[in-house]
Amino acid sequence: MSERQRANHRPGAGMNAPVIEVAHAAVGYDGRPVLRDVSLTVTAGEVVAVLGANGSGKSTLIRAALGLVPLVAGSVTLFGTPQRRFRQWRRIGYVPQRLGAGSGVPATVSEVVASGRLARRGVLRPPGRADREAVAAALRAVGLADRAGDPVATLSGGQQQRTLIARALAGEPELLVLDEPTAGVDAASQEAFAGALRGFAAGGGTVLLVAHELGPLRPLISRAVVVHQGGIAHDGAVPEPAGHHAEPDHDHVHPHCDEEPAGLWSM
Amino acid sequence: MDLFQYDFMLRALVGALVIGLAAPALGIYLVQRRLALIGDGIGHVALTGVGAGLLLNRSPVLVAVIAATLGAIVIELVRSRGRTSGDLALALLFYGGIAGGVMLVGLSDASNASLNAYLFGSLTTTSPADLATIGVLGVAIGVTMLVLRPALFAVCHDEEYARVSGLPVRALNMLLAVTTAVTVTIAMRAVGVLLISALMVVPVATAQQVTRGFRTTMAAAMMLGLLAAGGGVLVAATADTAPGASVVLLAIASFLVVALAAAGRRALRRHRTPHPAPATEPPEVVLR
Repeated sequence: MSERQRANHRPGAGMNAPVIEVAHAAVGYDGRPVLRDVSLTVTAGEVVAVLGANGSGKSTLIRAALGLVPLVAGSVTLFGTPQRRFRQWRRIGYVPQRLGAGSGVPATVSEVVASGRLARRGVLRPPGRADREAVAAALRAVGLADRAGDPVATLSGGQQQRTLIARALAGEPELLVLDEPTAGVDAASQEAFAGALRGFAAGGGTVLLVAHELGPLRPLISRAVVVHQGGIAHDGAVPEPAGHHAEPDHDHVHPHCDEEPAGLWSM
Repeated sequence: MDLFQYDFMLRALVGALVIGLAAPALGIYLVQRRLALIGDGIGHVALTGVGAGLLLNRSPVLVAVIAATLGAIVIELVRSRGRTSGDLALALLFYGGIAGGVMLVGLSDASNASLNAYLFGSLTTTSPADLATIGVLGVAIGVTMLVLRPALFAVCHDEEYARVSGLPVRALNMLLAVTTAVTVTIAMRAVGVLLISALMVVPVATAQQVTRGFRTTMAAAMMLGLLAAGGGVLVAATADTAPGASVVLLAIASFLVVALAAAGRRALRRHRTPHPAPATEPPEVVLR
């Protein structure tokens, strides 16, 4: 039994315990409102997709939940603790949209993934065997075990995205928060990613992910939340793609999405 | 060796070696977060401290440590706020620093020669007390950078991820800023304020031409820094050139040699395999 599974079997941390509670949250950048009065609760074991057009505020919602963006109003509670006082970051694995702009200093795939152990290990303790095993297991889960020693910069975009997912998995979190994990990712990486996520959810993990299009993730999603113009427009079953998006040969290449008035997930 | 029968040459060599080892250990984090020139900026601020020290008849190095640390903290605060005016604020600080230094040194009784000693280094006048300061601080910097490598790597690689990992991001950033200030001031004696950034950055740039990982880059950069510092002092002693400039030119020469060799090796490899293997993955589709 992994540490994550043990944690989920603790009394009081079972199914239906709220993992993320966003209540009446409002967020603005430079006075321009992005989210107004948004409430969202994710309970343990759920796999929730936040959908919406570009600029709808869906990424801002999860960034606010993690405290990366300050709230103008409302509150966020993580694992029952107000976000400001939350310190158990080892329980959360965060996957950003993409690796920050490359710096030029090379780093291997396993060095990047090893960063995922810091939340568990702390700043001063050197990595031990458990850390190395968790890194190796996370690399296997995303199908990158054979690239462990390669510089991240030599990987394809999809493989880099898988590296970031492995970094989050290496910390053995209870909750995965992913920001557009499949955006611009090749088909092989999307499949590898869906497999890793399936394994995580099967182990009792909770998932909150932002997506523009679900692709091979669709069967994993237990609930969908659609963000539209800074508010929640839908909360429930995964909506079916509308109009020409539903056609099987639709390959979904948008020059930019603002041209689509209601977005992909219009109801 | 005959050259090092004099104590002052021996002190110069040891001081240079310690700085050659410590400066790249810090510099790799600065390069990684694209602040390669920050050492230069902090050096300018340190110069104001030197001027104030000379004017007040206090130890110039000590006052420079204080001034540089304050400057580094201001720069870090400006950087972390992420304001668009940060670039201009830094420029004001840098130019204010060097102008303040020149003016204060001018007001003091010190000669132009002593200003030059801080601008371009004066390794051969290193006193035993100076060497003790360089030794203790240099070792402290090196050990800190090595021990905190996983955490500092995470913060410099992806600051938001580090925050969600619960790392003390603000404290680690401040630690880097203050360490930069201390490194600049101790290295000021060896290579001078105007050249210190080179010893932090050039060995890292050389190492990453041939390395694949962060840890190996750090180790290689520290070795290259050590070789450049030792070799530079030797060249300076035999050819009677300025030690600071000799160290930096040697570091840049090794960068050129390694960069050319690495480019040659890449070209050779391409030549041997004229048809690159087909990509294992289908071309990426833009999904948004």
